[in-house]
Amino acid sequence: MFDSPNKLLLGLATGIVFGVLLQKGRVAKFPVIVGQFLLKDWTVAKIMGTAVVVGAVGVFALVEAGHASLHVKPLLLGGVLLGGALFGVGMTVLGYCPGTTVAACGEGRRDAMAGVLGMFAGALVFVAAWPALQPVIKGLGDEGKVTIPDLTGTSPWFWIAGLAGAGIVGVLLLRGRGRAAGQTSTSDHGIRVGSSA
Amino acid sequence: MTNPLAWKSWSPYAVGVGIGLLSWIAFATADHPLGISTAFENSAALTEKAVVPGVEQTNGYFTAKAEEGKPPKIGWEWMLVVGVFVGALVSSRLSGDHSPETVPTLWRWRFGGSPGKRLVVAFLAGGVMMFGARLAQGCTSGHGISGSMQLAASSWVFSAVFFAVATATAFALYGTEGANHV
Repeated sequence: MFDSPNKLLLGLATGIVFGVLLQKGRVAKFPVIVGQFLLKDWTVAKIMGTAVVVGAVGVFALVEAGHASLHVKPLLLGGVLLGGALFGVGMTVLGYCPGTTVAACGEGRRDAMAGVLGMFAGALVFVAAWPALQPVIKGLGDEGKVTIPDLTGTSPWFWIAGLAGAGIVGVLLLRGRGRAAGQTSTSDHGIRVGSSA
Repeated sequence: MTNPLAWKSWSPYAVGVGIGLLSWIAFATADHPLGISTAFENSAALTEKAVVPGVEQTNGYFTAKAEEGKPPKIGWEWMLVVGVFVGALVSSRLSGDHSPETVPTLWRWRFGGSPGKRLVVAFLAGGVMMFGARLAQGCTSGHGISGSMQLAASSWVFSAVFFAVATATAFALYGTEGANHV
């Protein structure tokens, strides 16, 4: 029922750093999340894109050195497609994703606290309905725990280099879009003067 | 101020590099990707085990997870979620970026200032979001960041679908005019 105390402490410490990063990244804020989906504020894309490229280099290096293993989720198309769609609707209406809902609770936001309770309720329904959901989740086939390099028979480093290149192009395209990188003193909460023409 | 923790925000690229490096640490020290929603599923399963007598026999979930070697537990990922709350609390307190806001500005512009309405809809939306995350076995962290960096096919499909649907939902709710209110 419990991991070892050391592993629990390690999880807590990792989480604290993750929470600080999410809070400083301003993604525990409704206007930043919804602003991304209104294609106005590119903070979410900048953070996620950078994290994916930087993370990929280290994770594949660790795996190749034998210090870690990949933890890939299976490509159960029914579950991934329906789940992704419901997730997209829920995240936009709530205005936070699961991790940033928890971080927004740390920021004191009351709507995020209602969101966390709802998330728990959603998980309760999922577990209770699990047997009935299996045909939906597996309905479009199970491709297993595959990676894009597996599917294409290519080296992961080819894809990582491609992502890094796409990232650099993205940085150049997003220069000056939304809130600029390095901005450190937004003084108010969600009230800003629209800056785009 | 010289203490970066007292700053209200950091560059999104710096934050992205930080999350990337934190993923290296998570893989190296715990052999675990960063993810949030599994912990909610574990909490739900433990709760149902505690309050519904015999649920382990009637719901195949419990046998299936035990066979996978992943029985519901309070583990590394559960503490990760606790840590995210603590880290965000400390960071927001140190920078004075703490807000008991219930109704965000954009929401108020579109749906009015009723706190009750916002809280009820937030609860329901949180439920739909988590239900979707568990159907897909991951969220913005587990699929969007951790899965994408492992070049997992499921995660790239999930990310494309959720981003497209989220964008369509945002424009359906707020229209092109909404961008002037965020």
